[in-house]
This record gives sequence, C-alpha cells and structure tokens, in this order.
Amino acid sequence: MEILKDLRESAKSVWREFSDGSKTRILVGAATCGRAAGASALMDEIKKECENLGISDKVDLHETACIGLCYAEPLVEIKSPGAPSVLYSKVSPKDIPVLMSEHVAGGRPVVSKAEAAMSDEPYEGITPFKEHPMIKLQHRIVLRNCGVIDPSSFEHYVARGGYEGFERALSMKPEDVIEEVKASGLRGRGGAGFSTGMKWGFARASQSKDKYIICNADEGDPGAFMDRSVLEGDPHSVIEGMMIAAYAIGANRGYIYVRSEYPLAIERLKLAIEQAERAGLLKRELPGGFNFEIKIKKGSGAFVCGEETSLMASIEGVRAMPRPKPPFPAVSGLFKKPTNINNVETLAAVSSIMRDGAASYAALGSEKSKGTKTFSLAGKIERTGLIEVPLGTRLGDIIEKIGGGCSDGKAFKAVQTGGPSGGCLTKEHFDLPVDYENLGAAGSIIGSGGMVVMNEDSCMVEVAKYFVNFTESESCGKCVPCRMGTQHCHRLLEKITSGEGEMEDIERLKKIAFTMKQSSLCGLGQTAPNPILTTLRYFEDEYVAHIKDKKCPAKACSKMVHFSVDAEKCRGCTMCARACPTGAASGSPKKVHSIDGEKCISCGACYQACRFGAIIRA
Amino acid sequence: MGTYKDILGAYEPKREYLVGAMQDIQERDGYISPQAISEAAEYFSISKSDIYSVVSFYAQFKFRKPGRHVIKVCKGTACHVRGSGSLLSALEERLKIKEGETTPDGAISLERVACLGACALAPAIVVDDKVHARLTLPELEKILKELK
Repeated sequence: MEILKDLRESAKSVWREFSDGSKTRILVGAATCGRAAGASALMDEIKKECENLGISDKVDLHETACIGLCYAEPLVEIKSPGAPSVLYSKVSPKDIPVLMSEHVAGGRPVVSKAEAAMSDEPYEGITPFKEHPMIKLQHRIVLRNCGVIDPSSFEHYVARGGYEGFERALSMKPEDVIEEVKASGLRGRGGAGFSTGMKWGFARASQSKDKYIICNADEGDPGAFMDRSVLEGDPHSVIEGMMIAAYAIGANRGYIYVRSEYPLAIERLKLAIEQAERAGLLKRELPGGFNFEIKIKKGSGAFVCGEETSLMASIEGVRAMPRPKPPFPAVSGLFKKPTNINNVETLAAVSSIMRDGAASYAALGSEKSKGTKTFSLAGKIERTGLIEVPLGTRLGDIIEKIGGGCSDGKAFKAVQTGGPSGGCLTKEHFDLPVDYENLGAAGSIIGSGGMVVMNEDSCMVEVAKYFVNFTESESCGKCVPCRMGTQHCHRLLEKITSGEGEMEDIERLKKIAFTMKQSSLCGLGQTAPNPILTTLRYFEDEYVAHIKDKKCPAKACSKMVHFSVDAEKCRGCTMCARACPTGAASGSPKKVHSIDGEKCISCGACYQACRFGAIIRA
Repeated sequence: MGTYKDILGAYEPKREYLVGAMQDIQERDGYISPQAISEAAEYFSISKSDIYSVVSFYAQFKFRKPGRHVIKVCKGTACHVRGSGSLLSALEERLKIKEGETTPDGAISLERVACLGACALAPAIVVDDKVHARLTLPELEKILKELK
C-alpha cells in the first residue's frame, strides 16, 4: 500500500539536493544542547560572513539536531559540492571567518578544527565519522536520522524510508503486525522492559469502539535526555511508530504526553503532526478504514507520570496519582477505554522494525534483550553525549571506549544507571554485558538509559541522598511506604552525611528499603530504594567512614569538609576571593589569602577557582 | 466579565482541558492567581478546592507572581555531580534569597527545576528561557551583572 507514492519521488529530489546538491551545504547542530552551547550565535555569524564574502546564493544553511557528540558542541558541518561533508567541533563565532573563507569559499577543509569526515574513507587526512572513537561501536537504528536530516523537513524523513514501515503495516493484518513486533524481541524502552508486541496483543484483544495510544514523552529521569534528542531530531519516527501501534491494536486516537521543560521538542512535534495531517496520513480515512489523530498534552512536572495509571490521570485532568492494577490500561485505561502506552524510543524503533523487518532487529543484542538501546552519557566522563549500542555491549566499552573514560584525569568510581530507580555500578562491573538481565542481577536497571559517571570526587552516600531527596519530593503521597519511606531514608542519609550517623542507621535504611520495595503501590516507591541499596552493596566502606571516622572520603559532604589556604602555595592571585559567594575567602592582591571559617559555606568554589592548588580541602 | 475569559474560552469546558487552560494562564501571567482559580472553577464547573488540589499537585504551577527575571537552576543528576549545588549556594548568597523566592524589589526569582535534558553540558541554568551550559562561577557573576 503506497499512500505516499507521489510524494516519495519529490521528497527524494529534495533530499538529493540537500545531501549532494550544487550549493555548499552548512549544517548547524541546533538541538537544545547545541543552542545552549551557542548554535544561534553561530547561525548569525555564518549568515553575516556569507554576505561579507558575497556567497549567500551559493550556500545552503540548515539547522539539524543532535548527532550525539554533545561534548564537542557546538558542531558545524560543511559540505562542498561533490566532496564529503566535514564535521567541525567546538566551533566558536571567531572560527567562522576562517571556516567560511577556507572551506566554504575556497573548498579547502580546515583540518585542525575537523572532528570527522562524513565519508567511508579518510578525507584530506580527516578520520571518517564511522571510525570516530565515540561512533565506532555504535549501531544507530533509533537515532538513524538524528543530526543527519533537517528535523523540520517532512521530505527528508520520507526520502530516507520514512512511513514505509507504516505502509507495510497497513498492507498486513493487525495481528500479523503484532507478531512481527513480538518476533523482533523489542521490549519497552521506558524502563520496565516488557515485550512491546505482547503489550499490543492485550490492547488488541480488548473490545471497544474507542481505543487510545499514548506516547510517553515525559522523560522524567534526571540525567537522561535520549527521548528529547529523538523528539527534537526525528519527530516523524515517533509519529510513524504511534500510527503503526494504533493500526495494530485498533486505536483511533493518540496522545503524546511531553514535558513542558522541552519546548523545542514540542515545537518540532507540532510541526510534524501538521505535516503528517497535510500529507493525508492523519485525520483521514485510509484504505481499510484506518483513521487516526494525534494530540499533544504538555506535562506539568510530575515524575510519577512515569507510572502509566498516573500519566492517564494527568491527561484526564486530575492529580497524577497511580491506582492499583488490575485493571490494566489495556483493558481499562484513559477515560476507561483500552489504552496502550509506549515510550518515545520504543515507538521510534517500531517504525524501523516494520520497515526493515523483525529479523534484522532481532539479530542484534543478547539472548533475551534484543536490538539496540540509546544511552545518554553524562557526569564526569570525557565524551558526554547520546549513543545507541546493541544491548549486551560491555559496560566498560561504553564508559571507556565510547565515552573516553573519566574526565579531568580523575579516577573512575561509579556509573549510575537508570536514574532514581536505578543503581550505582563499579569498575568491577566493566565486563558486564549491558542488558536487562545482567544489570538487574547487579542491583541496577537499564531504565530509560541515563548513565551518569562519577569519579573520586563524588561521595556515594551523598549521591544516594540526592536520589532519595528527589523521590521524596516526587512521591505523590498516596501510599504510606513510599511517602514515609522516602522521608525517613532522606532523614537518615542527612544524619549520616552530617557526621551524626550511627551504625544502626545502616540497618534502619535496609529495613525501610525492604518495606518500600515490597509494599509501595507503584514503581516509583518500589524502586526508590535502589540507589541506597546499591551504594550500600558496593560502597559500604564510605557509609562506615562517615559514621565511624566522621569523614567523607570523597571530601564532598559540605558539613564534613573544611577549606583553608596553603600559605606556601598561595600567590595572592585573588581568584578564590572573586569566586567566593560569601566573602569568606579574602586577601589583598599578591598577599597570602585566608578563609574565614565562620562565613564559609563549604561550597568548594575557591577550590575550583584556585590554579595553584593552594586551597586545602580536609 | 472575568479577565481570563479569552484563555478559558479557547477550551471546551471539559475536565481534561483544565490543566492545559491553567498552563496557558500561567504562560501569560507567570503564576496562578486566586482570581484565575475562581474563574476556572466557574467555567469548568469544578469546585475551587478541587482545582487548587489539581494545580498544586504539579511542580510547574506557581501561586506567587515571579520576578521580572527568572533564574532556574537545574537539579538533574549530571548537573548535581558537576557542581550545580555550588551555583545555587552562590546565587542564594548573592541574591540574598532562597530557592523559590523573589528578591524584594521584584527583579529576580530563583527556582530549581527538574532535569532540563542538557545533561551533556552540565551544569546548566536557564535565565529567562535561555539555557546557559557548562556554567562556571565567574560566568554566573557575569550573567548576574547583566541582569542588574
């Protein structure tokens, strides 16, 4: 069934002109992080320089989204006609004149600023993109278009095989679509890891005139940004996935529930829905009677919406509190109708699976965890960014080969996976294949895919406190184990990090954690103790040091660390005094400075600011 | 004649549109006033206490008028391990207010927000909707100077 038959040809010519046209093409990475790193200023500078050089009519300037090398932002890609595209990293406005006169006007790549060449072979000595250390081990299915296409262009998506998966689904029986997704082995990428095909089967089996599909784009885990990048970089892949899911279960209405903290993602989604409507894919009866519409609902900031029944309550306009299951949403969900909820990444994978078939997807991954998974690398890691690897990839390869290991030459201590529901893993886990089963056995979870790296300066007790503080404030308060459990755990951890802990507190923490896991109403409370339990399992010595020695080994807990000036090393450069927010660090220029313990709030600003290692942290 | 008629009127008076309408009101006013709750109660035929219970559940809604400038410090995990705590302490000290408060002259509000999703460029803050990434204390000083 070819609904887009006529459009596909014209889309292909638009794509040809974009990817190998007669003009010099400049792409600026302008997703949220690109913009934060200064992409808008670069766009302005490029336009100005084009006018200066009188080449505006020979240049094709576009915004693209996140290619994943976030540490190297802002990124600019320049492609002369007939030559490979070159990716430039950490571009500042002052680099623009040289890039414009040399590469754009002169056709000579500026090798010293180049990060990679978008070619199979080295180009002018520049490493090919697929050989780039951050890219080499990746396998991009969900991220296939991110940073490659202009996300505001419907034609780009279509030209690269977009909506072919939907067309193929429409030519099959809904039951066969479900079988195909089952055969791919795809599991829910939002965190729970339940078989997507099976979930669809339940919703298919429910009889009702109205059924709903909800895309959960309320990416709540702090430290994770996979879904944001996909929505900003390739919104149609998610919409196509929703359409396939809708056809498979027999749904006629869809909602995308997206965080209001992601304004750019919302903008791109709105545009993509309009484009799909105009192309006759949505809000129109298609052959076979399929007629589907999608609405956007903006979230209002409630982490508990990660729980399906909470999210549905939120759409209905009440407090987002979970309810006991059964009935499951597949039987009675949104407005009491059968409902299927999938996460952004799951749906983006579905559109690719339906286009290329289940077998190629199932060929990737480990025994029970098939396919690929995106991860966001953040924290104290050299190459922060967004990656996609086959499940079962070695943890150590992700951290060291892809991420380049710890930043600032510090020693690796832990990687926190799965956000507030996950746990901390250590260097001993580097040989662990990252999949649902292995991470679960180690006490953590894959979750939605956040990975935050911590080094020797991070205190693991403090990290546990950070997460439980988060879950405490996000607990909806409906069930006692979660509401009281998070409060009490937070209080105990505060006590320990203040130097007032007792050894009995460790047992108390374990006992509360057990109760919360066993008896909380929803996933939030059941998993909230995980950060505490994994840090206790792998870093108990740090807890003991806080309690028995009244010392924070990482020197991170502000109530247990004191700052002073090493008179031998101090050069009187005044940097500490300028950095100090309270005026505790002071002194005259070129004289030894001092820190007033009364005023000091132990924020560590002076320690960071000093270039001579003259601040003593004890 | 209420002052929110135009915003409310864009929605059908069904409960599922309540949160969307309140989001629009906050977008315009910066907060939810008692007047807004009264009018929404009448429009949607829901009691005021019920509306307040819904709106106060979500972190997004504010019940006090924010300052002319709003600084939001990200409290995501990546920002946390990369020192957003120091940024917040510095801001609290410099502005002489705590998070969630506004300076007495109504110039600046200080808030903490759940993850902005700019984790790869941590620590990040948002000043009047512009994201500042990889922020250091000296840069923060510069931003504050520009606001004043």
